[in-house]
Amino acid sequence: MISRPKLDYRAKSHLSYFAYACHRFSGLLLACFLPLHFLMLSQSLRGAAGFESALGLTDLWVFKLGEWVLVILLAIHLAGGVRLLMIEFGPWRGLRKGWVQVSILFAIICGLLFLYFAN
Amino acid sequence: MSAAVFQAKLWYAQRISAMILGICVAIHLIIIFYAIRGGLSAQEILGRTQGNLAFALFYEIFVLACFVHAPIGVSNILQETFPNSGLAKPISWLLAILISTLGTTAVIGVYSGGSL
Amino acid sequence: MSHTDLKVKVWRGTDQGEFVEYLVPRISNQTVLDVVTYIQRKLDPTLSYRFACRVGMCGSCAMTVNGVARWTCRTHVSKIVEGDSLEIAPLNNLPVIKDLATDMREFFNKWKGAVGFFKGDQTRHDDFAKVEPQSEERQLANAGIECIGCGVCYASCEVVEARSNYLGPAALNRAWTLSNDIRDVQQIERLRAVAGDAGCHACHTQGSCTERCPKAIEPTASIAGLKKLVARAAVKGSKWGKL
Repeated sequence: MISRPKLDYRAKSHLSYFAYACHRFSGLLLACFLPLHFLMLSQSLRGAAGFESALGLTDLWVFKLGEWVLVILLAIHLAGGVRLLMIEFGPWRGLRKGWVQVSILFAIICGLLFLYFAN
Repeated sequence: MSAAVFQAKLWYAQRISAMILGICVAIHLIIIFYAIRGGLSAQEILGRTQGNLAFALFYEIFVLACFVHAPIGVSNILQETFPNSGLAKPISWLLAILISTLGTTAVIGVYSGGSL
Repeated sequence: MSHTDLKVKVWRGTDQGEFVEYLVPRISNQTVLDVVTYIQRKLDPTLSYRFACRVGMCGSCAMTVNGVARWTCRTHVSKIVEGDSLEIAPLNNLPVIKDLATDMREFFNKWKGAVGFFKGDQTRHDDFAKVEPQSEERQLANAGIECIGCGVCYASCEVVEARSNYLGPAALNRAWTLSNDIRDVQQIERLRAVAGDAGCHACHTQGSCTERCPKAIEPTASIAGLKKLVARAAVKGSKWGKL
C-alpha cells in the first residue's frame, strides 16, 4: 500500500515551469546573499585601508566562483522578472516562451562577460 | 484593511519594486562589468563612490527596492514550502531589517569612505 | 492488429493503494480511454472510472496519464506511450473516491467561492441587454468562456497542491470572464473573493494550466487580468466601489 502519486517532474517538464523554477531559485539565493554583500560593503566605513583588508577575503577562489555564479543568478532573475512583468502588466502574448530562451542566452552572455572582464 | 486587500497591496508593492529593481539591476550589471576590469580594489571602488551623491542616491533607492521586494518573495516561498509553520513572517521581517540596516550602512560607508 | 501487448499500470484504491499492471492488446488508433475501457470490460470489472461523451466534448474522462493530466478519449496511445508502457492515475489535487474517479466537489465549491456564477438585475419584462461583441470586455470574456470544468488545469497546478485554499485556475478564469460581463451585478463581491492568497495573487505564473488546457484556454491570462484589477481596486478603488 502506498500513497497516491503527486505532481512530479513529468507534470512540470515544460518551459514556463522551468522559467518559474529558475526565477524562484535565483531569487532565494540572491536574497540570502544580499545581507552578506551589504555587510562586506559596509566595511568601507573603516576607510580605504580597512576596506581593502576586508576585501582581501574575497581573493579566495571560492569567492571568485561565487561572484561569477551570483552574476549569472542576477541575470537570470532580471530576465525572468522582466518576462513576468510583461505577462502581468503587458498585452497578453501567451507565456512568452521566446523570452525564456532570450533569458537563458542573456544569462550565458553575462556569465561570459564576467569571465572576460575579470582578471 | 482586510487580509485580502493587504495581500493585494503586497503583490502590488512587490511588482512596483520589481520594476524599479529592473532598472537598478540593469545599471548595476553594467557597473559590475566596468568595475571588475583589471581586478577590484577598495581604492578603486571608493574612488568612484566617495562623495558621489548620485551614486549614493542610486544605491539607496536600490536598497529600499530590495527591502520591499526580497522579503515578500521569501515570505511566499516559506508559506508554500512550510505551510502553517509560522516561519514566513519572522524570517521575512528579519530579512527586511537586515537589508534595510546593512544596506543603508553600506551606502553610507561607500559614500563617506570611512571619514564619518 | 498488432500482437504486442501494452503494459498498463493503473492506480487501484483511494488515496492509499497501489499500481496494478494489466496487459492490453495494442490496436492502431487506440486512445487511453479505449485502454481503460478494455481493462474494465475484459480484465477487471472492479475498476472504477468516469467517461461520458468519449469524443472530447464533456471533459469527464480526464485522468493523469504518464504523470500529465489529459482527456483520455483524446489521447492516442501511440503519442504518449513510453516503449510499451503506460501509467494511468486519477487527477491530482483532488481526493480519490475509487481508482480513477476523483471527488470533484472541492473543485466546484471553489468555483462558487470565486463568485464564478452570473447574477443580473434585469427581468423578462426588461429590454435585452446590449453587449457589444467587439468591445474589449466582451472579447476578454469570450477568450475564457469555453471552459467545461474538466479539472485538468486544477490537477496540473502546483500552487493548488501547495495551498489548500487556493481557488485554482478554472475558478479564477471563470471569475475573470464574469468580471468582464457588463450585465453582472456582483462585481465587488467577486473582486473581494478573488483577492489575496486564496485568490489570484497566489498564482506564480508557472503556466501549467495554460500548457495543459485541452480547450486551449489560457487561465494565466485571466489570472493576470484579475491581479491587475484587484490590485488597482485595493489601492485606488474600482468602478464598482471600494474593495
